[in-house]
Formats: sequence, C-alpha cells, structure tokens
Amino acid sequence: MHAQTAQPRPQATGAEPVFVAQGLTKVYTMGEVKVNALRGVDLEIFASEFVVLLGPSGCGKSTLLNILGGLDTPTDGTAMFRDHDLTHASEAELTRYRRQHVGFVFQFYNLIPSLTAIENVTLVTEMSEHPMRPAEALALVGLGDRLQHYPSQMSGGEQQRVAIARAIAKRPDVLLCDEPTGALDFATGKIVLEAIARINAELGTTAAVITHNAPIAQIADRVMRMADGRIASIERNPSKLRPEQITW
Amino acid sequence: MLDRKLLRDLWQLRAQVLAVALVVAAGIVGYVGSLSAYDTLSHLQATHYERARFAQVFAAGKRAPLHLVDPLLQIPGVTEVEATVSFDVQLELPGVVESLTGRMVALPEHGRPRINRLTLTRGAWIDAPDSNQALVSEAFASLHRIGPGQRIGALLNGKREWLQIVGVVTSPEYIFPSRGGFGDERSFGIFWVGRQRLAAAFNMEGAFNRVVVRLEHGASEAAVVAELDRRLDHYGFTGAHGRGDQASHRMLTQEIAQWKVYGTTLPVIVLGVAMFLLNVALTRQIGTQRGQIAALKAMGCDDAQLGRHYLKFALVIVLIGAPVGIAGGAYFGVSVAQMYARFFRIPEFEYRMLPWIPLSAVVLSLAAAAMAVLGALLRVVRLPPAQAMRPPAPPSFGPTLGERIGLARLYSPAVRMIVRDIERRPLRALLTTFGIASAVGVMIAGTWWGDSVDHLLDVEIRMRDRQDVSVALTEPVSTSAIHDFSNLPGVMRAEATRDAPVRLSNGVRSYRTSIGGLDADSQMRPLLDEHFQRAPVPAAGIVLNRRLAERLGLALGDSVYVEFLQGRRVHADLPVTAFSHELTQLVAHMHRDALNRLLGEGEAMSGARLLIDAAQRDAVLRRLKNTPRVTAIAEIGPVIRYVRENTARNVLFFSYVLAVLGGAIALGVVYNNARIALAERAWDLASLRVLGATRGEVSTLLLGELGAEVLIALPLGCLMGYGLAWSILALSAVTEIQLPLRVAPGTYAFACLVVLTAGVVSALIVRRRVDQLDLVGVLKTRE
Repeated sequence: MHAQTAQPRPQATGAEPVFVAQGLTKVYTMGEVKVNALRGVDLEIFASEFVVLLGPSGCGKSTLLNILGGLDTPTDGTAMFRDHDLTHASEAELTRYRRQHVGFVFQFYNLIPSLTAIENVTLVTEMSEHPMRPAEALALVGLGDRLQHYPSQMSGGEQQRVAIARAIAKRPDVLLCDEPTGALDFATGKIVLEAIARINAELGTTAAVITHNAPIAQIADRVMRMADGRIASIERNPSKLRPEQITW
Repeated sequence: MLDRKLLRDLWQLRAQVLAVALVVAAGIVGYVGSLSAYDTLSHLQATHYERARFAQVFAAGKRAPLHLVDPLLQIPGVTEVEATVSFDVQLELPGVVESLTGRMVALPEHGRPRINRLTLTRGAWIDAPDSNQALVSEAFASLHRIGPGQRIGALLNGKREWLQIVGVVTSPEYIFPSRGGFGDERSFGIFWVGRQRLAAAFNMEGAFNRVVVRLEHGASEAAVVAELDRRLDHYGFTGAHGRGDQASHRMLTQEIAQWKVYGTTLPVIVLGVAMFLLNVALTRQIGTQRGQIAALKAMGCDDAQLGRHYLKFALVIVLIGAPVGIAGGAYFGVSVAQMYARFFRIPEFEYRMLPWIPLSAVVLSLAAAAMAVLGALLRVVRLPPAQAMRPPAPPSFGPTLGERIGLARLYSPAVRMIVRDIERRPLRALLTTFGIASAVGVMIAGTWWGDSVDHLLDVEIRMRDRQDVSVALTEPVSTSAIHDFSNLPGVMRAEATRDAPVRLSNGVRSYRTSIGGLDADSQMRPLLDEHFQRAPVPAAGIVLNRRLAERLGLALGDSVYVEFLQGRRVHADLPVTAFSHELTQLVAHMHRDALNRLLGEGEAMSGARLLIDAAQRDAVLRRLKNTPRVTAIAEIGPVIRYVRENTARNVLFFSYVLAVLGGAIALGVVYNNARIALAERAWDLASLRVLGATRGEVSTLLLGELGAEVLIALPLGCLMGYGLAWSILALSAVTEIQLPLRVAPGTYAFACLVVLTAGVVSALIVRRRVDQLDLVGVLKTRE
C-alpha cells in the first residue's frame, strides 16, 4: 500500500467499488479451540452507498467490519480498499489508512471526558490533512448549539452524535458504524441514524452500519445478511425509508 | 474461591504489584539500613571501648615523679591508674617531603598497657623494650603503606633515630588520631616504644608526663578531675579532663552523631514516602475494581470478607517488598557501618540488626497498607451493588483556570486534556507529583553534604587560614624569633601566632579549647564576619566562635571565665566583645597584645604562619624540619586534598545507594500511575487509535499528564531536598565542625537525571502496552 494523499470524493453514482473482498476467511485460535469467524466472504461496496450488515451475534459481521476498517487482518482471502491491499498492509500502513480514509462510530461513544464536544472533534481534525471545521461537523449532526458541552453534560444520543461528528470531520471516504444505536433507546437511536443517513446523503460518504436490529435495514441502499461466517443474502432495498419513518 | 481470585488478580497485576512492592522495599532499605548502621556503630564504639578498657579521665603535663602514681588509686572512684611518657616529634619517612608528626608513647615496663589496650593487627609485639623497636598506629601505617620490617626516622629530643617497625596496632585513644584538626590521621602517627628507650631519650627516667584513669561505675568524673588537677598541678599538668574533651572520642562521637541524624531522619522520610505511595497505589487499585467488588457484594459477599480479601492483596505486596527491603537494608547497613568502621579503624567489626528495626518497618508498612485498603474499601462498599456495577458516569469537567483567563487559544485539545485532567483531580496530581518529588528530595538529602564539605574546604578554610604552612613551637618564645622563619629561603612572609590552651566556663558549662592571638593587620588569619568581610579585632575582651558562645550560653557583653592550662595557669573573667564564625573549629580569639598582657609573658609567640614559594616547597619543609623547637608543621594543601578524596569516596557510595532508592521510588510511582491511567483510559485511547491516531499520538495523550507531573516534580523535589538538608542540619547537634548548607548544581542535576531516567524507562514499558491496546474490543464491549 503506497502513501495516499486525499483523493477527490467519488461522485455519488454508486458505480465505483470502494471495497472489494474475495474469499475472506478469519480463524481465531482461542487456546486449543479454533473459531471460524469468517468462512469465505465475497463482497463489493460501492462509493456513496449506504450498506447495512444484518445478522445475529457471532455471525461474523464485526469481524468483517474490522477487516474492512483496517483493525484486523484476514487469515485468508483478499480485501481491497480501492487500490489499497488491506490484507498485507503493515501496522503503520493500516494506521495511516484509518487516519486518511476511515471514520469509525462505536456502540459506546468513547469520547474523551475531559474535552468538550468541539474539542473531541478538534482532537481528530488536528490529526488529518483536509478536515472540515469542527463546528461544521457538529452542525451536520445537529449539535451546532452544544459545542462547548462536556460528555458528562450530554445524553447518550448526543454523545453518539459527537462521536459521528468526530468520525466524519476528517472527511473520510467510508464511515463504519458498529451497532451505533446499541446503547441507545428508540428515539435517540433514530436521531443518530438520521445523522448517519444525512452524512451519507450530503457528503456522499460510503456508510456501512452493523446491526442485529432488522428494521434498521430499511434505511439502507443494500442489505447484506450474514449468518455463520458467510454472507447469506444481498438485497437491494426497493423502497429505501428515511430513518424517521422506521420503528422498532 | 476468593483466594483464587486473589492469586489471579495478583498475577494479572503482577507488574504493578511489583512496582508498588519495589517502592515499599526502597523505603525499608533506607529505614533498616540507616537505623541498623547507626545502631551498629554506637554499639561498636561502646563494646570497643569496653573491650579495650578505654580510660575515662586523662591528664598530661611536663614531668611528675612516678611515686605520685600509686597514691592516685586512693582517689575515691578511681579503680586503675596508668602513667606513661609521651612526646610529639618530627618524623621522616623516605620519599615523603611533607611534614609528619609522630606521638611517641612509652609502653609500660611489663609490656602492654592495661588501660587503652592496644590491638595488634599486623606483625608482632615489641620483644626488646630498650631497642628502637616500635609499634605504629593502623591509620598512619596504612595511609603511608608502612608495616613491620620498615624503618622510620624520628627526631627524638633533637637527635635523629631510626625506629624499627615491628607491629601495627589500634588504640581506643587514637581511633581518630587527632590533635583537634581536620584530617589529622594522615600527618599524625602514633608510635609505641619501650619505656626505657623513650625515657632515656627525653630524660624522663623515674618520671611521667601523662596519666590515664579508669573509674568505677557511677564515680564522679568531675571530682576525680578536680583531685587530679590538685595533685598534679605543680608538675605542669595542663588540666585533667574526661572523655568529652578527649580529641579522638570527640571526633568519633561527632561522626557517629552526624550519622545518627541521617540514621533517624532519612529513614523516616524514605519509609514515610514509601508508605504514602503504597497507600495511593492501593486506593487506586481498589478504585479500578469497583465493578468486581459490587458483583461480589451482589453475590452475597459481606464487607468483612471483602476487607479480608483486599487486606490479603496488600499483605502480599508488603510481603514481597519486605524481604527485599530487609535484605537490601542489611546490605546497605553493613556497607555503611563497615565503611565507617574501616574509616575509624576499629579492629573488631560485627554488624547487628536489632529485631525491632525490621519488625517495625514491616509493621509500619502493614499498617499503611491496611489503612489504604480500609479507606478505599469504605468508599466502594458504601455504593449499592447495582450502582457500583455500572461503570462510573463520565466524570464532570469544566474549563480550567488558564482557559477562564483566556489562555485556551494557546494550547491544543491534547494539552487541554492533560491540563483538565490535572485540574479535575488536583489531589491525585499533587500526590503523584509529591511522590516523584520525594524521590528527588531523598537523593539530594543523602548526598548534599559532599557539596558542603567542598564548600568548607574551598571557601571556609581558604578564606580564614590563608597560610600555606603553619608551624607550632615546643614552647612560647620571644616574637623576635619570627625572623628565623621570615629569613628562611623560600618563605615569602611569616606571621607570629600565639595559641594558648584554655578551659572556658560559664557556670556549669565549660569547654576546652584554645585562644588564638590575632593581629589587627594579619594577612593570613584575618577576623572575618559571616560574609567573609574583614572585621576589626577588639582591643580588649575575648572573641568567641558563635556556636561556642551558644554552647556556653553566652551573649555579647557577657563575661566568660577563662583558665589558661599552661604556664602560670592564669585565670580571668573576660567580656565577650565579638563573635567569630569559623565552621570547622570551636575556638576563641583575643587581640595578640591583650593575650600577651594577660599571660604576662611579654611579646611571645607559640608558632608561625608562613606563605611559601610553591617552587621551593620541598626545600622549605626540609629546612623547617631541621629548625630547633619546631614540633609540628601543618600544610593546608595536602589536608584539603586528603579530606576531599575521603569525602568524594563516601559521597560516591551514598550517591550510588540513593540513586538506586530514588530510582526505585520514581520507577514505582511513574509506572504505577501510568498503568492506572492506561486502565482508566484504555477505551478512549483505543478509540483514538481506531480513528487513526498513531501509537505516538496516543502515548503522548496517556503519558502527557505524567510527563507534566514529572516536570513539575523535579524543581519541587530540588526544593524538598534543600529543605530536608536544612532540617537535617537543624537537627544536628552542635559539634566542632558545622557543615554549611550548600547544594551544588551537579547534585540537583544528578537527582533529577536519575528520576527522569526512571520516569522515561517506566513510560517506555507502559508504551509497549499502548501498542497492545485492543482496538477490536473497544468497538464492542465496555466492562
């Protein structure tokens, strides 16, 4: 993987593949037990797409996301981000890849408690080369009026939206979200999904959301169902809903 | 099952457990080592004195008939008396140009002294008492590398004789072969020769000029002293005295007393710091286990069980630290005591560690651990289980003081994060800073005295005693004799001196010293004030060293009772008209004319100070040795060199030991804090890594606070070290030599460097953990 400068954002045509994975397998050795987390996954995710990875706990969806996000490497198979080979990259190359191209959102927001909302975002924009202004990122997630609040002064949903702002402020090519609503109630969960959908729509950022919550799949362009380490089905959503239209 | 959890916790936290145990061990090393060294030395002094039957009363004079000796036994309280003959003479050692003085002491007719017994360390006893066979004191022998079989020249009553060394001995009377000066053991040797031989050389057949006395238990030393004075006064005896005024005993006691201050203050400080750190570490450790504690409570574990469980945890830490600390302390104690015993040349050496010393160290450590555990547990068990099982709510933060006054723009979020963490938990930051600072402080407190001795040698002595060589005469002569010295080739300037031994008293307090005659225009011995500015010499009255005045309870204008111990035994009440500030002597001065008037001896001198041409030093010294009536020639240069070498060696040893202790404390504090910070922040930091922060960036965030604390701790530790040095000095007894409070930049720098290195090493160890942060884990779970 060679050093990349920021690339022009792909047009929201949906035609250009961002991720291409072939035969991805991942075997964890835990003591004497081998766990097959992925058993040969092939997939393509296109630029500006909104993809939901749906499946029960332990089906391998997090492992897949971790490999695509440069947090983990597969046991076998290949994973490419555009022309970057994620399979054979070094630790430093993966760090640079995450820094330049990937935005992560966690189930638990993992904000720095001693920094305000805007400072949490600034901490990340200071590490990137062409970030948006931190206030702009917070405005995108609807927190333009909460810039100076500390995590302890915000609700869970607000904290998660700060985490999204933090993830997208560096203008990543992809936004990877692992159970972003997992720790939230229904109402706040929807607000968070709206923020993700808006980023995807307005900035054209490719979004991949992991969830075990089936109704969330309705807001995706495509839904990939996973079971037992394999992709069981891939469906294009005939009638994509807006987050405020769904219920669970 | 709880015990299994205990073992697993200990194993999982092994690095932190070891770090805290290391701090505990460091505290115990300092405590056990210093206390046992002090105890060993005082015990050694006492047992050596008893074994060698060290005298309690001493008297020296001109010449008294031997038939006076036996009746002295009738003095109430006296159990044993031994009379002898002793003279100080010039020595000649092949290859040594500098002036050496030998004290020739006659051995009794029957062979060996019964009082002040000698211990033979090499060679043999004298077997022909009327020959030139001699025994030499161990210190002198080893410093000049002489031993049995060698010869040494001595000027016995003006006649050069060659003494044949047959044995090397130590004597309780000359543990510190001192004539009251600094570093005498190199230029002052003691020689024991047959009585007949010495008496014949000095015309002392049937006579004695020294007598030593042993007293029965509980006898009045003062009464015996007074009676001796009464009986021997006519024979030129200059006043009997007890051990308190005996030069070697005074020096030895002073050295041990100085160690006593170290041996008691330093260990308390070091152990105190260690206990404090143990407390902090345990409190935090229990804090991070709040979830587990709640779960245990929810399962029905009662508070007493939890208490026992965590007490065991603390107990293990202390039990790991204690043996290491006690073993290290024993090593430290043996090394220090041995170093001193060798320096004093006490022949027998036996290290002892009284059981209460390690026991009290362990008990104190356990108590500190128990307090920490109970304090921390109380806070946790008060929470209802359900609340405690949830991770603590995000802690509240607010803008810092610096930001409120508008400095926020000056620093980045990373810096803000560090500053806010410090501001939010000021106590924790303070404790950490204090812990690191104390490592710096302890190191400075243990090594500053080397700088003080340097200052003493370079400034104190050189400013006050500006001569190259000082000469003492056998007895006072007319000052016209000064020309004999000023006319010697190579002597650039000579000034007459007049020193008279005295006893100064104020009520019951008294002190034996000497009064020096001062010339108002002296170039080599000016009277100086505290700031080394020349002060006028009062025409009348007496100038007292300020510390001596304090010891005697005298203020300016008070009068002091002066008894001259030589010549006509003049006594007078003199007003104190000024103070002097010598740090190495407790002496008195008078205007030389006033002193001479008082003594009624006309214009007399008892010695001379000389400035000499360095190029002709050897020739001048040779000529001085051959000058009649010269008993002692003292050169300042070699003494300073010798003392400096000795001090440097001792300081080096202490620097080494304290660097290990200070380094261990710093390592323990920094490592433990870093690990706890890592435990608390693992999720935040791993999230940042996921978002693309490099290991370096994340490490900066993690270790920035510690770095800031270390940087604040360094100057604070320097201040603390200075304060500790100050209090050690303040606690020190008033002794002949008063160390000035001086800490050289190099001492500060060394302490800071050691602590900084320990900090960096622990940071690097923790950094390796940052590299192993579980990036995948943070996406999923939290506790």
